[in-house]
Amino acid sequence: MAIRRILIANRGEIAARIIRTCRALDIETVLAVSAADRDSNPARQADRVVCIGPAKSSASYLNAQAVVHAAIATGADAIHPGYGFLSERAILPQLCAESGLVFIGPTADQILAVGDKLRARVAAEAATVPVVPGGAVSSLIEAEQLARSIGAPLLVKAVGGGGGRGLKLVERLEDLPALLDLAAAEAGAAFGDARVYLEHYVAHGRHVEVQVLGDGAGEVIHLGERDCSVQRRYQKLIEETPAPRLSSALREQLQQSAVRFARSLSYRGAGTVEFIVDAQRESFYFLEMNARIQVEHPVTEAVTGIDLVAEQIAIAAGRGLSPGLAATQGGGCAIECRINAEDPAQDFRASPGRVQEVNWPTGEGIRVDTHISAGSNVPPYYDSLLGKIIASGPDRSVTLARLRAAIAATRISGVVSNVAFHAAVLDDAEFIAGGVDTGFVPRLFARRPELCAMSAASGTHG
Amino acid sequence: MSLTAAEVAEIMRLLEHSRFDELSLEIDGIKLHLRRAGAAGGVLQSTEAVAHDAASAKPAAGGAPSGAAAGTAALARPTDPSLTDIASPMLGTFYRAPKPGSPPFVEVGAKVTEESVIAIIEVMKLMNSVRAGISGTITEILPADETLVEFGQVLMRVRRDA
Repeated sequence: MAIRRILIANRGEIAARIIRTCRALDIETVLAVSAADRDSNPARQADRVVCIGPAKSSASYLNAQAVVHAAIATGADAIHPGYGFLSERAILPQLCAESGLVFIGPTADQILAVGDKLRARVAAEAATVPVVPGGAVSSLIEAEQLARSIGAPLLVKAVGGGGGRGLKLVERLEDLPALLDLAAAEAGAAFGDARVYLEHYVAHGRHVEVQVLGDGAGEVIHLGERDCSVQRRYQKLIEETPAPRLSSALREQLQQSAVRFARSLSYRGAGTVEFIVDAQRESFYFLEMNARIQVEHPVTEAVTGIDLVAEQIAIAAGRGLSPGLAATQGGGCAIECRINAEDPAQDFRASPGRVQEVNWPTGEGIRVDTHISAGSNVPPYYDSLLGKIIASGPDRSVTLARLRAAIAATRISGVVSNVAFHAAVLDDAEFIAGGVDTGFVPRLFARRPELCAMSAASGTHG
Repeated sequence: MSLTAAEVAEIMRLLEHSRFDELSLEIDGIKLHLRRAGAAGGVLQSTEAVAHDAASAKPAAGGAPSGAAAGTAALARPTDPSLTDIASPMLGTFYRAPKPGSPPFVEVGAKVTEESVIAIIEVMKLMNSVRAGISGTITEILPADETLVEFGQVLMRVRRDA
């Protein structure tokens, strides 16, 4: 069906990003906001705004009934969930189907299939995609047997989990019983599902993910990979494509594994298959699939020239994959820095408030996705992402030079930001060499202790 | 069997006078789900506080979206300290009467107490009753019947009892 009006059930930079594509496609936008976001830039940019609830996201951005009611009442044909919030909750596509609305994303079944980490593991194995040695455990005896066969170190993970909750590192097998109980209790409290499973812990892995698009009828293509190894406590900070210093054989295997996995689900829409890669041993394991648009999608767009949001809309409207997509050759390199309102001097605690002045960079190969301008409010209720600075160029060294200049030109005052942290990463020899693993940020802090104790002033002006 | 409108109204009245916030009833394939609007009635905002917020906020940009514009218009009234706004506790469809054809819960001039039901807001077929949350006299009813109201939108104004 034709999509003429989309209700956007999200906020921040991704709301602004979706509005931009809708305008280019001549699609009207209705933005569902919380009371805290009435005066946000995306609220000014949308054709219409409806306030669906109070600032607290459980009563607004996570309220599927209010979102769907608002979509029907404003005459929207479709709902775009963005990322986070309701984007991977099966209830939203279910309510959309009951109400004759198009959900811009995968089916409810696909969301459930990849949201349950154990089901996803089984599906990956069935699609001959390597998974980290491990498996489900339902008793302590079972867990101890499996743990002995995996060997330490290993991870206890929550079946319904994510974001580090319910996740425990077991360095010595004798600690397993206590950590198992702790992980199950945390998982039960956070996700209402106390099931846990065990996995071998890959200490020095790289986080590499593959962007896929599926038409929902079995056709799936990939649009290259992204390396997201620069992380602090499981939060991605810098992402790039292509993944540096990866053999072409390994790259090819990752891409084909992602396609096989998504194809086995007849996946519909844009999705990302995440892997942990041991580049030294040329091995990799499936981690999980994210059934949504990702924060870091612009690096893929920068090298392929494809508008992923437009492709999501086309697939949801039943038009399938655009012709020529599969033949797209990724050329060049793109790197993204996530600019967050967080204070390095306060252990990177979120730093909400009102932005006084902001200067976002411009220049050749520079793209900025943001909802923040001078005077914008950064409410304390949501994530602290202020915007993303994406540089692209013919190769990694040109791209890095452009990104360095862009970060140097970025000025944010009123809230503390992590701009100076990014400048330090881009000047670090290990990062410049490329191919860092997820242990990079702790190593950087060990080399440069002043980075985690930077004064608020340097953050403010940097 | 089926429930008549009068019976539904009676069940709603019973819930109103009970100490429960929510009622689910299933009889012979009929499902009825009633819920009070928040445990403590409608969200209250005094015009005084609202006027203060409006004055401190920066002016809306030109081409402000209709929702925000409507909100701003509702906030722009001169301050009358004896008037209190009753704001919508949720987004949904505003109903002035318990069912089509029956008299509205309240009209302008009606006396209300904190417990008085003044409207229904329907969200995805779930009926939520809205209470006045204040004692006084209704001076204004803003949204048209059976239209979309947003969270925080002013539904009615009440002159508080002296």
